[in-house]
Amino acid sequence: MTQRFALTVNGTSHTVNADPDMPLLYALRDDLGLNNPHFGCGLAQCGACTVHLDGQPIRSCITAISTVGDAKITTLAGLGTPEKPHPLQTAYVEEQVPQCGYCINGWLMTAAAFLRDKKNPSEAEIKDALSGLKCRCGTHISILKAVKRAATMMG
Amino acid sequence: MTKFEQASAFTRRSILLGGGALVVSVGSAVSIDTLLSIQAAFAQGAKPALTPDQLSSYIAVNADGTVSAFFGKMDMGHGLFVAIGQIVAEELDVPFKSVTVYMGDTGNSVNQGGASGSTGIQMGGKQMRMAAAEARRVLVEMAAGLLSVPADKLTVTDGVVSASDDKSKRISYAQMIGGKYFNIQLDWNKQYGNALYAPGKAQPKKPSEHKIVGQPIKREDVAPKVFARENFVTDIKVPGMVHGRMIRPAVAGAVPTKVDESSIKDIPGAKAVWDKGFLGVIADKEWDAIQAAQQLKIEWSQVDPPFPDQASLYDHIRKASVRKRNIEKENGNVDEAFKSAAKVIEAEYEWPFQSHASMGPACALVEIKDGQITCWSGTQKSHFVQQGVASTLGVPPESVHVIWKTGPGSYGRNDADDCAMDAAILAKSVGKPVRLQYMRDQGTGWDPKGPASVHKVRAAIDASGKVTAYEFMSKAFSRVDVDTNGSKPFDTLAGQARGGDLKSGDGFGIPAESYAFDNKRAGWETIPPLLDRSSPLRTSHLRDPVGPQIHFASESFIDEVAAALNVDPIEFRLRHVKEPRDIALLKAVAEKSGWQSRPSPRRDQTGNKVSGRGLAYSQRNGTRVAIVAEVDIDRSTGKIWARKFTVAHDCGQIINPDGLVKCIEGNIVQGVSRTLWEEVTFDRKAVTSVDWLTYPILDITETPGEVNVVLINYPDIAPSGAGEPSIRPVAAAIANAIFDATGVRIRRVPFSPDRVKSALS
Repeated sequence: MTQRFALTVNGTSHTVNADPDMPLLYALRDDLGLNNPHFGCGLAQCGACTVHLDGQPIRSCITAISTVGDAKITTLAGLGTPEKPHPLQTAYVEEQVPQCGYCINGWLMTAAAFLRDKKNPSEAEIKDALSGLKCRCGTHISILKAVKRAATMMG
Repeated sequence: MTKFEQASAFTRRSILLGGGALVVSVGSAVSIDTLLSIQAAFAQGAKPALTPDQLSSYIAVNADGTVSAFFGKMDMGHGLFVAIGQIVAEELDVPFKSVTVYMGDTGNSVNQGGASGSTGIQMGGKQMRMAAAEARRVLVEMAAGLLSVPADKLTVTDGVVSASDDKSKRISYAQMIGGKYFNIQLDWNKQYGNALYAPGKAQPKKPSEHKIVGQPIKREDVAPKVFARENFVTDIKVPGMVHGRMIRPAVAGAVPTKVDESSIKDIPGAKAVWDKGFLGVIADKEWDAIQAAQQLKIEWSQVDPPFPDQASLYDHIRKASVRKRNIEKENGNVDEAFKSAAKVIEAEYEWPFQSHASMGPACALVEIKDGQITCWSGTQKSHFVQQGVASTLGVPPESVHVIWKTGPGSYGRNDADDCAMDAAILAKSVGKPVRLQYMRDQGTGWDPKGPASVHKVRAAIDASGKVTAYEFMSKAFSRVDVDTNGSKPFDTLAGQARGGDLKSGDGFGIPAESYAFDNKRAGWETIPPLLDRSSPLRTSHLRDPVGPQIHFASESFIDEVAAALNVDPIEFRLRHVKEPRDIALLKAVAEKSGWQSRPSPRRDQTGNKVSGRGLAYSQRNGTRVAIVAEVDIDRSTGKIWARKFTVAHDCGQIINPDGLVKCIEGNIVQGVSRTLWEEVTFDRKAVTSVDWLTYPILDITETPGEVNVVLINYPDIAPSGAGEPSIRPVAAAIANAIFDATGVRIRRVPFSPDRVKSALS
């Protein structure tokens, strides 16, 4: 049986009728028509579906919509805009990071929360924070450069 | 003379006089003021047929003076469209920013082979260069007629043609043809795909004249990706669309014998689509389709488990019947030379099945409307998918329009083409547009696999230490058990599941290098597939098809011979490579990496933490790459960190150095991943590596600390490919570095910690 859920996504309120067990990912993509995050594995193993719940990165592919409650959801589109980019977005453009770009939600949303909480991180700390995220194209070297660049901008 | 008086000269007759041939057709004679009134690109005039022999199939000048380039290949993430835009802008003498490259749409481009074999620039760019040069020639000739100035007295700057000695005599491309189609015949070689070539009468510019080609221009698609404004294939939606999911058997080869559709009757809109081995579901909502696929009650046929134990995979390959044997290269008398050898060195190397394991499983959307079929796909080869969908649905190809959209990664014949066919069958069956995305286990477990292989290599050495003979033989699953594209139903899961006859092809390859041994033989043998249809271990092209496995063996072995002869690995190679570009390459990588000449292994290390350096080099269709890997090894854990790479890369003329470096970095990192971690696992029933836990890839904590690239640019040598060549020598460079550090030779990929630890103990 479906139930009604109120979601606040990137500052906008929405209502979705859904199976309480349905992962948040499908509400964001299919019901709200957001083209981010992405489905990568459905198993919380890759990060392509990452969004923030009250500022904390979560894997929306395994997060039941019924567990979201009042938490505010931020997707990559809510992180920044071309007019007001997040430093990570600026750094990603500067470093020309992505190849296919399908993994990008995981890296940017995870790094955004990490850099907010950790000023001037070491390279080892950055790697540790981003461990477990997947990029199949192998852009890791550029990812690290961009996160370091953003860390400097946010320092 | 006013501009419009000049324009009055713009008639078929004047063009005939000016150019000596009918260089442009505007239908009936149309004056320039009519042309100038055209606002929308392509809005007026009859478009010539979309065939490879028409200039309009590649280039259009829009009413606003911008240029559209229609490219029958597509970008898999390396920014290929930037390089193509540079080439087109260069030849046309228009600003780079005025060129838009449209890729892989069967509605506006011809079949240039799609993304294939690192030929985006090598073959695709070559054609676009010739087309753009021809467009410039035609436009200059038109201007000559309109300005009454001979063509050789005209110059072009930013799309404006003017008299060299009187800049007031000028006319723009837009004024001449903006919004109209070229109607120019090209000299097409009657080939489709990568080999398609259709030059006009124009000669392209000399490399010394290039101003845009060679520049490090950035990609414009990065910002849309970063701000979540790009539509991937997964993001396409059409009205009335439903969601599909496919169901695969738990035992490979089994087919459904009973499907109980009542088991999903409580799911809104859920339906099963069943045809022999083909089984999928649709539902109105995506989550419901996923639930339906899990909930559907199915009985399956009983089949014998088709696969050998994984532990006996390489025994299976060694003992399997040979389906085809092909000696691709032979010189001298190899057998005689081995008989008279003072010493023979031999070794065998093994490479597992590997998966494309794209970042997301494949997705396709198919809509059938008024007899027209539209398919959105992340395929590498949309024109072939057009043929495949047409054959699958029994309609002419003209009824099918395939629109390529960026997919969730690619790297060869992944699951994208299968997905397009499955979506087409679902859409036809339910009479609604169907968006199908596979699940993760299907993306990793059921994509066509890179073939597993065994390589046997030997060298004959005479009493003086000279290599007198060399033999390289591979025995392997074919690289084309299913073909590199989904144009034929028997090459797709859907076609096989519905009973199509299989036509497994034979193909492998040999090392690509320039070692000049007096007696040399290189060849391969292919073996039959493990299962004759719908197999999760069917093999096809995975990035640099068969290159990593062959060159893991060949470049490890050359290193073994150098070590046996106590010669420095670079010095040994320099003694035997014969092509000057290879010599320059090896010297460049030695210099950049600070290579100290000495034989491997080094013998000065004790303790658990040891380091080593290893070299490997290879060619690929004109491109040459030499790599020095520097690795750290923890002997107690078997963990390897491929810490630093120095890469010398020669692909002839460089179109965009920044794009090239990024492309190489990705190759190296993916190459490290495939070397250290990647191996398809299976039991007797099925593939068991189905997600990121069971098919691990490189983690960012294991990323190389440095990749230093030396680009060797030969502006006068036509560009060759870069999308794959630099992944080719990675495994051997790491293996050689492990040997250098430890004196232990590892001959089976992947070099997982367990395997390394046990090899070192």
